[in-house]
Amino acid sequence: MSTVTTPEQRVITTKPRLGDTLFRRSITAGAMVSFFVLALIATYLLSKSWEVFRIFGFDFITGQVWDAGNPDTGTPATFGVAAMLVGSVVVAVLAMLFSLPFVLGTALFLEYYVNRKLRAVLVSILDLMAAIPSIVYGLWGYLVLMPYASDWAASIHKYLSWIPIFDVKVENFDASPFVASLVLTLMILPIATSVAREVYSRAPRDQIDAALALGGSRWGAIRAVVLPFGLSGLVGGMLLGLGRALGETIAVLLTLNLVFKVNFQILASAGGNVASLIASRFGEAGPLEVSALMAAGLVLFILTLIVNFSASFIVGRTSGSRS
Amino acid sequence: MNTTFPATAEPTAQKPWVNRRASVQSALTPLLLAIAITVPLVLFTGLAGPLGAYLAFVLSYVFTSFVTGLRQDKVRGINQMMSTLVTVGFVTAFIPWMSILFTVFSRGAGAFYSGYFTNDMATTAADDALNLGGLSHAIVGSAVILGVSSLISIPFGIITAIYITEVRGRLSGLVRVMVQSMSGVPSIVAGLFVFAIMVSGKSFSALAGSVALAILMLPTVARTSEEVLKLVPDELRTSAYALGATQTGTVFRIVLPTARSGLITASMLGIARVAGETAPLILTSFYSANFSRDLTGQSIASLPMYVYQNFSTGTDIALTRAWGGASVLLGIIFLLFVSARVFGRSQKR
Repeated sequence: MSTVTTPEQRVITTKPRLGDTLFRRSITAGAMVSFFVLALIATYLLSKSWEVFRIFGFDFITGQVWDAGNPDTGTPATFGVAAMLVGSVVVAVLAMLFSLPFVLGTALFLEYYVNRKLRAVLVSILDLMAAIPSIVYGLWGYLVLMPYASDWAASIHKYLSWIPIFDVKVENFDASPFVASLVLTLMILPIATSVAREVYSRAPRDQIDAALALGGSRWGAIRAVVLPFGLSGLVGGMLLGLGRALGETIAVLLTLNLVFKVNFQILASAGGNVASLIASRFGEAGPLEVSALMAAGLVLFILTLIVNFSASFIVGRTSGSRS
Repeated sequence: MNTTFPATAEPTAQKPWVNRRASVQSALTPLLLAIAITVPLVLFTGLAGPLGAYLAFVLSYVFTSFVTGLRQDKVRGINQMMSTLVTVGFVTAFIPWMSILFTVFSRGAGAFYSGYFTNDMATTAADDALNLGGLSHAIVGSAVILGVSSLISIPFGIITAIYITEVRGRLSGLVRVMVQSMSGVPSIVAGLFVFAIMVSGKSFSALAGSVALAILMLPTVARTSEEVLKLVPDELRTSAYALGATQTGTVFRIVLPTARSGLITASMLGIARVAGETAPLILTSFYSANFSRDLTGQSIASLPMYVYQNFSTGTDIALTRAWGGASVLLGIIFLLFVSARVFGRSQKR
């Protein structure tokens, strides 16, 4: 028997032309801009805030006092971001909780309760609402919402003040974390809703139809199929909203009374937020305070990066398992 | 064999999909009952004002739709109640937005007069009568800042999208993650960064404001352009290659022209996204009452900062000016959004 020798496999190579190579290289270089900008922001903030971390160490994170000091009387400067950090989290988490029922309602309504024509119109309105600038939300929140919200806060306090977070020392309900988080609720609603809606719309149609064919009601199908399927979309959308709420400046600056003390009494007229701290203090800040503000910005930057990454991770996991 | 059917035996056509009287009735009953409960509730209890009435109506509507459904069975009761709850959640979310739009335009109307768009605030204090001064400086300042930031960020945004969809390099995944995390950068942090490199020790400038806004604008442009370029059919690319075109030629002569209107949409969405940003501008371009078109050397006005400045003054007249500025700002943003939609639609055809 004769052996058959197979010829060696040829490797076909196409060498790109010089022009194409140059094109690909320059596009690749241009696309790295986002990477460079992020790296630049991180390193620049870090180098600028180094001095503050060196002087105050860990006290910068745990300290509550933000005082530029007074050279005339000899009071030393102390910078601690704890009160503002806690304030940011309190306001943002409250906004997330307030918006949850409305995100659920709006997303389900748009996906499963209206016909296609009306849905297209309502979705564009929702997109339009996402474009309202934060200064307008702040303006409206302070001048229109605040009188109502203070009344609501007063009645919550009247009946529920035995719960510690609803207690206040002084009965002034204006510019409280409660008001600020109501404004933030509105601001994060469109983004969280559009993420949740996106995921709900991908719920397996055959399973929904099966649920309906078995005699289930519309709510039965939603509860059995859509809600479990879209859970991660809902969580991801809420986290994305949380990230936005954590970094919001102007709306919080306008509707919240900045007080440098950790405060869990959400109805009291005292609170804070890292972003609005930066906007309100940098005007009259000396060199050391500027670098303290840089450090605060760095902390905020890292915090929002973590939240956003977990959000896109959670949302990305569902969109992968498309069925 | 012939069979004759009597003409009367032919059944009349049914339309089961049309809302029959019974289903209209079952939808209307809980609504009417709810109204019937709401009226005495509002009249005889402490629920005051339109919001109190709304709250009473919502609660009783949820209750009545559950009870009327319950007459049939529990499943139907729960289903009706949840339908009402979902609808109520949606409607309630829309009320504050309608209130925002209404207040911005109704209160802003007081600030408008014939010279509002042609005068600046150089010789007018925020408190002066409303037939003096205007916001021409803010509009021009915003135009300068937004123009320069689009010049920076639209090319880079489109290049990023080309890298992901056309070049498809090894780093595509990384670039996409970077763009995503860039879209999460708080606007104040972008402002702070630009403040540190361009303003600190020098002066506020329009250029600094533009750079800050460009950072915030890039992710929107990049992600929307990516979506748009993905819509370009692959057949076009392969046909171009088959005809011997280079990749450079394919991208510039085939892909980008095909996606042109979509790319314009992406740019407009990017501009609309940052047009109302205030926080980064406080730290970079600040505010000036004077008319200016200079890129560097001095602070410059912008629409959001005009609103902020007048809000900070806080008197009734200044607040009217703030609402006026807000309505102009909102009008411009909505215009950008709607034209972006129109452009986007013309591509799909």
